[in-house]
Formats: sequence, C-alpha cells, structure tokens
Amino acid sequence: MAWRDNWRRVGAIARKDLTTELRAKAGFNSVASLGVTILVLLGLALGPDAAALRNAAVGAVWLATLFSSVLAFNRSYQVELETGALEPLLLYPGPRWTVFAGKLAGNLAFVSLMVAIVVPVGIVLFGVRIVPEWPAILMVLALGVFGVTVLGTFYAAMASRSRAREVLLPLLLFPMLVPVLLAATMATRALLGLDVMNDPSAWIRLLLGFDVIFLVATLLAFEHVIEA
Amino acid sequence: MSSSDPRRPTTPTPRSNAWFGVLAILILIASQVYAIRTSPAERDMGDLQKIMYVHVPAAWMAFLAFFVVFVYSVRYLWSGGERNDLLAASAAEVGAMFTGLTLALGMLWGRPTWGVWWAWDARLTSTLVLFLIFVGYLALRSFVDDPDQRARWSAAVGAIGAINVPIVYMSVRWWSTLHQPPSSPDTLDSAYTFGLRLNAIAMLLVLIYFIRTRYAIARLERETEHAAQAAALGGDGGGTR
Repeated sequence: MAWRDNWRRVGAIARKDLTTELRAKAGFNSVASLGVTILVLLGLALGPDAAALRNAAVGAVWLATLFSSVLAFNRSYQVELETGALEPLLLYPGPRWTVFAGKLAGNLAFVSLMVAIVVPVGIVLFGVRIVPEWPAILMVLALGVFGVTVLGTFYAAMASRSRAREVLLPLLLFPMLVPVLLAATMATRALLGLDVMNDPSAWIRLLLGFDVIFLVATLLAFEHVIEA
Repeated sequence: MSSSDPRRPTTPTPRSNAWFGVLAILILIASQVYAIRTSPAERDMGDLQKIMYVHVPAAWMAFLAFFVVFVYSVRYLWSGGERNDLLAASAAEVGAMFTGLTLALGMLWGRPTWGVWWAWDARLTSTLVLFLIFVGYLALRSFVDDPDQRARWSAAVGAIGAINVPIVYMSVRWWSTLHQPPSSPDTLDSAYTFGLRLNAIAMLLVLIYFIRTRYAIARLERETEHAAQAAALGGDGGGTR
C-alpha cells in the first residue's frame, strides 16, 4: 500500500513539473535551441572537412547534450524557489525520496525530448551514417541520459539554492560525469564502426553500473540535501 | 540551529601542533636527503628519478586525504557533528593541495622523461578529474553561507564524489589503454623502495600536520561565525536575516 502511495507522489510531482514546462514552452524551446546552437558552433570550429566532422560527431552531440541539460536541471528547482513553493512541497506527508524521484522523472522527460531534437540535428550536420546497430546506440543514449539526469537533478537541488548557481552546477556536475561521457562516446563510436578496436559491451556495462550506483546513492543522500 | 559542541576539545593547542609541524618537516627533509643520497642513478632517467620521492608520496597522500573526506562525510551524514564536517573540509583542502602538487611534479617529471608536459595517461587523467571533483567540493563550501546547510551539502558531495573515484579511474584506464599503453614505470628496484617508503611516512606526518592546522583554523572560523550569529540575534533584534 505504502509503495503505491509513494509512486503516486512521484507521478504527481513529475506531472506537475512537466505541466509547468508545457504551459511555458519558452523554457524547453530555449534549452533545445541552445543544444542546436552548440552543435553548429562545434561544427564550425571542427569543420569543414567531412571526415573529421563525422569522426567528431559523437563527442559533439554529447557535449551539446551536457551543456544544455545543465540549464534544464537548474530550471527544475528555480520555478519553485522563485515562488517559495519548495517548502510547502516538502511539508506534504511522505518520504523525501519521492520528491527526488518525481523531479528526476520530470527531468528525464525534459532531457529526453531535448536529445530527440539534438541527436537528429547532429546526425544531419555531422554527416553520420545510420548503421544497423541503431537500437543499441539508442540504448547507450538512454543509459547516458539517465546517468547525467540522476546526478544533475541531485546536484541542482543544492546548486540552485546557493549563490552563483550558474557556475556551481556545471563545476560540480561535469567532473562527476567523466565516466558517463567516456562510456557513452566510446560505446557509440564502436557501434558506429568508427573505432573497430573497441568492445562496446564493456562500456555499456560500465554505464549500467554507474546509473545503478548513483541512483541508489542519490536517493539515499537526497534527504540530507533537501532539508530546508 | 547547531549548538556549539561541548564534547572533548580535540582542537590541537597551537603550541603542540607547531612542534609537531617542525618535527614533520625536519623528518621530511632528512628522508629526502637520505633517499636522494643513497639511491643509485637510474639507468634511463638518471637523477631525474629522484623526483619520485616527492611525486609518489604526494600522490598517495592526496588519495589518502580524499579517503579521509569520504570517512568524515559519511560520519557526518550518519550522525552529524560539527567536528566531522570541519575535518572533512580540512582534509579536502589539504587533499586538493596535494593533488595539485602531484600534477605539477608529474608534469615536471614527464617533460624530460616522456618529452611532453601532459599525456592522457590513466593515472594523470584520473588524478586531474579527482582534482576537479574536489575543486567543486570546495567551491560549494564557499558559495553556501548557512553553516548547517553547508555541512550537510558538502558531506553529500564529498561522499558521492569519493564513490566516483574508482569508477573514474576504471573508465579512464579503459579509455586510455585503447589509445596508448600507460608508460609510467611500474616496477621498482629494491634500491629505491626503502627511500620511497621512508618519504611516504614523512609525507604522512606533514599531511597530518596540515589537516590538524587547517582544522584548528576552521574551528576558530566557526567560533567567529557562532559569535557573529549570536551578536546578530541578540544585537538589534529586528534583523531580516
């Protein structure tokens, strides 16, 4: 019974965040546009040689995803902080981890939608050839986005309430995401056939391990972080 | 509000700690001199090898310091206590210093032996990432004003950052071995090991001295903060926080 109540809380918080985002589409539109802009800039900086661009495509798409998703994570608490709604939210009965899980679900939807725009644009701009292994690449993408979003949602709970939140979140988050960046880019490059010496399955296991470890760690630690 | 914590006053008295520091530094100098004078010139590197006696112990101390951060962060999350928070913070600062020292010394060593200042080798890269993780930790501490909140947040960041250290190391090692074999000398002749161990112990004493000193300063800073808070609450009464 209690579990079902908790899941309903998670759902309610995710729904609330997504509704807010849907009603003010400007947030999503600007974050997704930033992702596309970063891709264009990277293409200009690394191009115009087509072979070099194709080789850099995976890294470029991941960097664009990381830089623009950081903005999404801070946003997810900002709306509540500006209206003083975070404290009432915490006063509702139920365990604190449900707040984190709800925010995480909302951010996952947000970042996934953004990636659904950034990745096709990256494929077109950097001339990536679609390979038969594309379902595996999608899985790598999903695992990577999950890892990024878990730690991003967690660190944003602190960074968004500190002074200098714009710089603090990427400063805390990016070094932590080094394993995700390496695993996701290496696995994708291997699957695309850009790196024949490489075995993608080891990297996928690493991503999976990272996601599980930090999901558990952040769920446990969130209670200490969110207390008013 | 955190009340001042009346448990055992473990703050080292400045005098005893100063003597400990003098002793630690003298031992470090003595063991450096010993190791440099007794070790034979290395076949390929010659006297360049001597930098190992500061570089390698500094790297070990950096990792040890971050282990201390992890332990006290988890202790803080478990049971609170200002002492755990301040010790974790002191160890993080000293650890970041040792990590920076390790990187700088490694570059000085790498330039004449490998011919480059930097190589994307597993150890170098993961040490650099570790440095950045703890720079983030220290930045978080400096951007949060409320001592309670700062303690809870940095404990969470310290514990989660330390969990990531082995994962970062593993991922960077897989990544770099695909492109270039790690080229640092792994095997060590017995002529060098005693000097290295001796210097590691000396460096450990210096590490303890630094953490103790930093902790004593943090303690004083915290007392000032408490006093300022009390004065603000008792002073004009009508503050808007």
